[in-house]
Amino acid sequence: MTAIGKYWRIALGVAVIAALIIVPMNFNRYGLYILSQWAVMTIAAMGLNLTLGYAGQVSLAQGAFVGIGAYAAAIMTTQGMPLIVALGVAIVLCFAIGWILGYPALRVQHHYLAFVTLAFSTLAFLVFRNEDWLTKGIYGISNIPRPNVLGFATNRPLPFYYFCLGSLGIVSLVMWWLIRSPWGRAFVALRENPVRALSLGIDTRRYTLMAFAIGSALGGVAGTLYAPLTQYIDPVPFNLSLSLDLLMMVIVGGSGFFFGPFLGAMIAVLLPEWLRFTQGYYLMLYAVAVMLLLIYSPTGILGILDRYLTERRTKAASALRAVAKSRLETAP
Amino acid sequence: MTAVLEVSNIKKSFGGIKAVDGVSFDVQEGEILGLIGPNGCGKSTLFNCILGQLTPTDGEVKVDGKVVTGLRPSELNRLGVSRTFQLLQVFPKLSVRENLILAGQEHQGNMVSRLFGPSDAGLTAAADQIIGFFKLDHLATETAGGLSYGQQKLLDAAMAFMGGPRLVLLDEPAGGVNLTMLGDLKERLAAINREKRATFVVIEHNMEFVMSLCTRVMVMAEGRLLAMGTPGEVRANPAVIEAYLGH
Amino acid sequence: MSNLLDLLVAGLATGAIYALVAVGFTLLWQTSQTINFAQGEFVMLPAFLMLAVMHAGAPFWLAIILGILLSLLLLGLGFKLLLVDPMLRHGVLPLAIATMALAIGMKEAVKQFFSAEASPFPSIVPAGDVWVLGRVVSLQSLGVLALAIAVVIGLTALLNRTSIGHQMQATAQNPTVARIIGVPVERMILLTFLINAFLVALASLLITPIYLAKFSSGEVLGQAAFIAAIVGGFNQVRGAIAGGLLIGVVDNLAAAYVSTQYRAAVPLILLIVIILFRPQGLLGRPEERTV
Repeated sequence: MTAIGKYWRIALGVAVIAALIIVPMNFNRYGLYILSQWAVMTIAAMGLNLTLGYAGQVSLAQGAFVGIGAYAAAIMTTQGMPLIVALGVAIVLCFAIGWILGYPALRVQHHYLAFVTLAFSTLAFLVFRNEDWLTKGIYGISNIPRPNVLGFATNRPLPFYYFCLGSLGIVSLVMWWLIRSPWGRAFVALRENPVRALSLGIDTRRYTLMAFAIGSALGGVAGTLYAPLTQYIDPVPFNLSLSLDLLMMVIVGGSGFFFGPFLGAMIAVLLPEWLRFTQGYYLMLYAVAVMLLLIYSPTGILGILDRYLTERRTKAASALRAVAKSRLETAP
Repeated sequence: MTAVLEVSNIKKSFGGIKAVDGVSFDVQEGEILGLIGPNGCGKSTLFNCILGQLTPTDGEVKVDGKVVTGLRPSELNRLGVSRTFQLLQVFPKLSVRENLILAGQEHQGNMVSRLFGPSDAGLTAAADQIIGFFKLDHLATETAGGLSYGQQKLLDAAMAFMGGPRLVLLDEPAGGVNLTMLGDLKERLAAINREKRATFVVIEHNMEFVMSLCTRVMVMAEGRLLAMGTPGEVRANPAVIEAYLGH
Repeated sequence: MSNLLDLLVAGLATGAIYALVAVGFTLLWQTSQTINFAQGEFVMLPAFLMLAVMHAGAPFWLAIILGILLSLLLLGLGFKLLLVDPMLRHGVLPLAIATMALAIGMKEAVKQFFSAEASPFPSIVPAGDVWVLGRVVSLQSLGVLALAIAVVIGLTALLNRTSIGHQMQATAQNPTVARIIGVPVERMILLTFLINAFLVALASLLITPIYLAKFSSGEVLGQAAFIAAIVGGFNQVRGAIAGGLLIGVVDNLAAAYVSTQYRAAVPLILLIVIILFRPQGLLGRPEERTV
């Protein structure tokens, strides 16, 4: 049964990937923009899912790291440097800042940690807005070029979408590998029971910092894609609401589930678009939908699925036991 | 014989209350030392001080002759000192095997090699050996949260033995475990002690369990060491009888 | 020097309003582990409720009364019954996220049903200046300060001097024990939600004439209230009051003496320093309850 389940899952995965490649081919410019945005936000949410969902550390600063990555890309590529160099700089920078931001997590937890990271997020926004010499302040940076990837120009929407999708694919593979590595296990141990983890030799401090640093670095990766996507950036998109939105994506999709960020970002980016026919009401409906979902399932959409599967498995197991028992009873 | 663990004059107070008040003892290699005493006499606090979970107010702990006071629990664990907890502390969402792999993974290599090195590095084999030893084979792929209480307790103990520790501190391993399981557990602990020369310190309320398993028993009362000796000696000690029955 | 006096009065006036909002915030946290990320929007909304009543032709005084009653109904009772009660057992984080969604919903609702533009709002304190110690001080600042202080004193008296106040404090400190000694815990929790609704309605009434009524005005206020609550002490009403006043003063001094661009950074840095070195806040006690 599990073997069949496995084939179904692979088939489903292939179908979804094929659909993501084929269906958008005749999308208009705006549709491709939204889908690219989905891919970018998924990467940022995956980073936060590592920090929050796997390692259990609340962060309200992911939006700031997207901003740092976006500014790194915007500043460097408008100076003529290739995007790949900006990507490297963004990763190193966000990793280092994320590592430092992790230090408060060694001292305080829960809401205190939330507020430290919230403060950092707002401070980063102030820097984006005020350091004109670097970020051009409220005027923003325009004419951000799109990169050439393996000799192909990505100026047009469709190639750039494929570039974002490909990046999402690479990040997903790395993440998949990471959470199945000993580090992934250590992160989960850190979330579930830090005291026990410590007694098993797990250096919880170092793993906590690492969870922050890697999660933040992925925020930076998303940022380096965001800048060429919009081709113009100013400080406004990187204010606190982006961090809150990313947090909502992770929770709504299902925190601690691998595919949670994909779904969460889909709802946050696409649902408002689908609700656009309601005109001004769409964000309101979105907010209500999020609240209703969380009341029904605080573990998000994948939490519902997980509960359903667990129930079915328990039922199957008890059915098996009942059969075994009845056999035993009828045997003599 | 060499002392694996030397504890000298450990003190720990919370506010004005002296939970542990100057306790000293040695544990020799291969020994199973029982630690008994009425509730609230400071046994678990003493454990936590030895293991770095709490910082003692005063005193010194040596493992294999090396001072370890002030080390973090994770560092101590990698030096070969492991423990179990009074209350269940398994990872309920991981499978039995994954729990054991997790318990062993930090004992080899460093953080970088753990990420980029061979993905398994013999951990599964080591875990399966422990699983076999604790007779958990049929449960290896079950999630730990779905096991019975006694099975989880057994897993909890098994996790302490991943990575081949020199010294294991067990905090009430028998608490809440049914009689059949209890016999299993005792027999397994004795076997590990015999075969691997692992040294144990065991906190336990079940006298039958302590007296039959341990080579030496130490009694604590009100944060102090009350008596120390073979099970027979301790059982006959009037001060011990007084401490248990007098209250 | 005289300039400093102006800044202090203005700072204390805004600080007193922050204090009202922060007190409500800590009360919700204490009695029901609710981190209300919509607290700023809770302050934004009552002004619009009052404006709506006035648009219907009612006089200002009636609008105030109806506005406060509507706040009690929506932000007190409704918030508790519809969002907090169903989510509380799921833990702190999902509820906090739900309040973030609520904040978005409230902002959008006001934008959609009322206006995206800022609307003027009448002041309950007459405009004008008075002479204090040979200085011109705006009557509005003084009036706001006086009213906010009166409310804070009233609330402190309620909490510390009356039997209901003692029962509320018992509920906040340890609901289990409170229940055992016969405190009607459920009713006390409801009461804290109503008090919070009353405080935000009052804060709305006091601050909106200064900053105008706008759907997005809650963002800044909410953050100021968080910071005030943490700096003062998350689990102490007097901590939240002190924190509010302090943040108000620091904010105004920073505006005058630090660059305008980075004035907003000063309270944030204060927040980070406090969390790292004195996480229980200036007046708080270390948190004992495990969250």
